[in-house]
Amino acid sequence: MDKISGSQAIIRCLQEEGVKIIFGFPGGAVIDLYDALMDSDITNVLVRHEQGAVHAADGLARVTGEVGVALLTSGPGATNGVTAIATAYMDSIPMVILTGQVPTPLIGNDAFQEVDIVGITRPCTKHNYLVKDSKDLVPTLREAFHIARTGRPGPVLVDLPKDVVAKMIDFPEKKPIRMQNYQPNYDPHPGQIEKACKKIIKAKNPVLYVGGGVILSNANEELTELARKLNIPVTMTLMGLGGFPGSDPLSMGMLGMHGSYAANMAVANSDLLIAVGARFDDRVTGRLDAFAPHATIIHIDIDPTSISKNVKVDIPIVADCKQALIAMNTWFNTASDFNRERVAASHEPWRETINEWNSKHPMGYHSEGEIIKPQFVIEKLDELTGGDAIITTEVGQNQMWAAQFYKFNKPRCLATSGGLGTMGYGLPAAIGAKMAFPDKIVIDVAGDGSIQMNIQELATARQYNCPVKVAILNNNYLGMVRQWQELFYNKRYAGTVMEVTPDFVKLAEAYGAVGLRATKTSEVEAVIKEALATDNTVIMDFTIAREECVFPMVPAGKATTEMLLV
Amino acid sequence: MKHTISVLLQNKPGVLSRVTGLFSGRGFNIESLSVAETMEPSISCLTLVTRGDESIIEQITKQLHKLIDVIKVTDVGDSEYVEREMVLIRVKAEAQTRAEVLRVIDIFRGKVVDVSPKSYAVEVTGSASKVQAIIDILKPIGIQEIVRTGTIAMARASKK
Repeated sequence: MDKISGSQAIIRCLQEEGVKIIFGFPGGAVIDLYDALMDSDITNVLVRHEQGAVHAADGLARVTGEVGVALLTSGPGATNGVTAIATAYMDSIPMVILTGQVPTPLIGNDAFQEVDIVGITRPCTKHNYLVKDSKDLVPTLREAFHIARTGRPGPVLVDLPKDVVAKMIDFPEKKPIRMQNYQPNYDPHPGQIEKACKKIIKAKNPVLYVGGGVILSNANEELTELARKLNIPVTMTLMGLGGFPGSDPLSMGMLGMHGSYAANMAVANSDLLIAVGARFDDRVTGRLDAFAPHATIIHIDIDPTSISKNVKVDIPIVADCKQALIAMNTWFNTASDFNRERVAASHEPWRETINEWNSKHPMGYHSEGEIIKPQFVIEKLDELTGGDAIITTEVGQNQMWAAQFYKFNKPRCLATSGGLGTMGYGLPAAIGAKMAFPDKIVIDVAGDGSIQMNIQELATARQYNCPVKVAILNNNYLGMVRQWQELFYNKRYAGTVMEVTPDFVKLAEAYGAVGLRATKTSEVEAVIKEALATDNTVIMDFTIAREECVFPMVPAGKATTEMLLV
Repeated sequence: MKHTISVLLQNKPGVLSRVTGLFSGRGFNIESLSVAETMEPSISCLTLVTRGDESIIEQITKQLHKLIDVIKVTDVGDSEYVEREMVLIRVKAEAQTRAEVLRVIDIFRGKVVDVSPKSYAVEVTGSASKVQAIIDILKPIGIQEIVRTGTIAMARASKK
């Protein structure tokens, strides 16, 4: 067999793994890789900042379920990617990040653009590698993809010294990967499934609490089947939105700090909480001892460390969400001493109670004539896209309003930084999503603060004719922190006033994109319609009610029933 | 409560820092840690002593197991086991205390491994509490330097 260079072998590995698009930024240490990439059919997206490359790969991974790939150079290229790697790690997104490294003889010598990126990213990757021998290149890459996409997914970084990728090697044949030390468990324990199902039958006030695991394991249909079959109300975490149809009568929307009144009341009063692919994050639980205090807790999760980490679980099921839900549905379909209609009907009083909570305090806001309410903008986006767009968000108020007022009816339609809360995520993630699905409408819901963190990616969007739409909810504040200052810090707006904000319409035009502005409620619909009809990258600048707050809100450290309401 | 945890891991560069990074990053504490090759040179055995209630130890074991390079995690205390630690102590030994020091070493079945006109270097092996005991006894005489290995442990073979 003919020998090929290490970099050619890496590109061939990417093709073997089905990679079509990679996002990156070149530098001295990765010139060989870029050179090899040029001869392949893989689209290389040149971003304007490495954080953007990794976020874009992350956005692609979230909407497709495939492994996202980013290619960065050594030193600052790699460190610029760290925030985005940590973002993907916190939300369990499958990714492979390739970083260049100085030649092996120079490692440890403080060479030009050298940094110990394997050391730096150890706590924010699922695993990482420094490849020191070119014969290990291909096996390492294959292992990296395997680890990224199996079990609880996550980012894997492979550090590639320049001399290692330059060497000529034989391309080894693909063999099934067997790792003695890494064998994630997918199949649920039948005994635990039976125990859980028997508990569900007996419960009077059950709640399904659904997290990102349902989306990662493509278990939305199985979950929907279970909820509808047994008439169990469903609430979702931010990461779980779309895992169950948001417009379904059983949906209570999001729970937690900015969750719906009904969802938080239901969890607090439930006698059985069925957690599926969720991790009891502090933004969901509020004060721990007041979280679901009367409930027996069933927890399905593929990661054993998630179980009983924050909240003691009564029936743990370590398994892939999809496999566990299939097993549960099968149990209910075949169990002899179980009457489905009777169980479903027995939850009717509970659902009525929830409906009462919902009519008492529905998700809502006060209209103020021509002053644009951000919630109204999101409602209009939902209406005018038929709820069928891919929404990415930045972080803060814009993210919460998007989560509260857009009805996510399908999985993989929301890409948002849930765990790490990374401002600047939305625009590059939208580019990644749009590159994966050019026919879909992709909208980044942004704030005037967040959008400026990675606004340079407008150039990337333009270069690749990627007509993403950005909806800026502009209040000239860092709104979420301002809201905390208003509520808990005597309105002392320390460091949250954006005294200078660029003219986003002119800025869009400077990049060759289209800028539109709405300053009155009556202009909102026309602006959105025009943006959707424009075959170009568009920034919509909505001047919103300056001091609008996100409600409901559970103050940090309080019980989730202690909500500040609209 | 004190727990002795034994971890089998791939003998590769950086693996130890994955373990210690996990402990510092998640706020778990390490009382002692000792690591060396096993019979299989590609696998290392790491013994660490840590403290925590049941839920913390459960998290520690699960988190260790989640590291890709970790092959096996055992809480040694779950069954009968033997544990040993070795200490080297340099203790002051002048004319009036030389005999006393030797007697103490003898009681603890220690060995003198280095002698100078004014001090002995002593090697003692035993459980962590035995090692602590000889340190406490020699302290009033004048300890100049201590080096401890940290605990290593092994489950007892089945009696059946």
